[in-house]
Amino acid sequence: MRQLFLFFYNYRAFFTFLFLEAICGWLIIENNQYQSSAFFNSANSSVASILQFQNNITDYFKLKNVNKDLADENALLKAKLEQLKLSDSLAVDSALTPEVINQFEFTVAKVINNTTRNVYNYITINKGTNDGIKPGMGVIGPRGVVGKIKTCSGNFSTITSVLHFDNLISSKLKKNGAFCTTKWNGKNPRTANLIYLPKHVKVAKGDTVVTSGFNAVFPENVMIGIVSNVREDLQVEDVNRITINLSTDFNGISYLYVVNNKLKPQLDSLKIKTGMENE
Amino acid sequence: MNRGVVSYIFYFIVYLTAQVLLVRNLVLMNFAFCYIYIAFLLLIPLEISPILYMLIGFATGVTTDYFYNTMGIHTAACVLITYLRPFIVRFLTPRGGYEQNVEPTLKSMGLEWFIVYSSIFILIHHIALFYIEASEISLFFFTFGKVIMSSLFTLIILIVTQYLFYSPRKS
Repeated sequence: MRQLFLFFYNYRAFFTFLFLEAICGWLIIENNQYQSSAFFNSANSSVASILQFQNNITDYFKLKNVNKDLADENALLKAKLEQLKLSDSLAVDSALTPEVINQFEFTVAKVINNTTRNVYNYITINKGTNDGIKPGMGVIGPRGVVGKIKTCSGNFSTITSVLHFDNLISSKLKKNGAFCTTKWNGKNPRTANLIYLPKHVKVAKGDTVVTSGFNAVFPENVMIGIVSNVREDLQVEDVNRITINLSTDFNGISYLYVVNNKLKPQLDSLKIKTGMENE
Repeated sequence: MNRGVVSYIFYFIVYLTAQVLLVRNLVLMNFAFCYIYIAFLLLIPLEISPILYMLIGFATGVTTDYFYNTMGIHTAACVLITYLRPFIVRFLTPRGGYEQNVEPTLKSMGLEWFIVYSSIFILIHHIALFYIEASEISLFFFTFGKVIMSSLFTLIILIVTQYLFYSPRKS
């Protein structure tokens, strides 16, 4: 027994090392889970308040771009409003109930921390459970899709951005509605790849990619990006390698909208009943 | 010794604040990162007990991870280098051994020793950091490029700060 203790004592540095690395391993695995506790990341309120302090200073340098973005968005919304006014006079599709038409609620949030250069990128925003935000909600920006809420604390939340290597976004081609999936390639924050798009679907440079709206996280037809390159994949037979330019400039985002789909619980429970909860 | 502890707590705050609030946004061409906070670990006296040193490394890593949203990754890399430093130091022993209570700064150890010491230290940290982050075979060479460029970047910043803030007062 004494020998054993002596052995542990002699190698105490090594065992401390193993112990600490084991804790790290646990932390990494814990944090990779889709929804983890709000304690171990920047939604933690004391960490977030420091980030917010930093953000209060850097805000002034971004004002010009933020103003431009908001003005652009205003113009776009105005144009849409005019369109709606016109179509309103035509008959509204009577099959849609008001519940379906008003199913999306938007909450404005401000970015206080953002990374774009890691392989797994997260964004921290200044709204949390106190503002009705829950993990799993979608987040969109003025120019298109941004990500999904990962964790919430009282006043802050973290988002897994599109620039997160494991984040898959259900999407479709705007021109023909072909279903596909957007996944980031881990390298360039301005581009992503389209995967699972069968070869027989015709894709050309310049096609618009939008959200499909299938999984009720994002509304339908939110902009994702524009196809920039299509080439043959030598490894996999039935698909092309398609690169898209993301419409959102992740380095410049500052105000985002969190999407709350009021019908999502219904849709989810229906999916569980039919046994397709992983879709 | 007490003065030493206080000044190291001060260094800890200064390096971590600089890393989190300033250097975090300093990335060259989306490719070269600067992790200057490890200079804090690098400059701790050589005679510290290994276990205490690893615990300090752990605390430093956890603090950084909070701000980078990478729970565990910086911590793992920091614990690794703090465990390996005694071996690096033994390997680099100058002729005649080390002086008593020496701090491994550029001023006290000389440029040559300091560059070799800190580049080994930084390289191990960055290899661990980037490969734990991108545990994905398809990104192997991309990550390797990141490791090399970031190590150079961090090393240059480290040496510049050494000349700026640890300049020899008496010689």
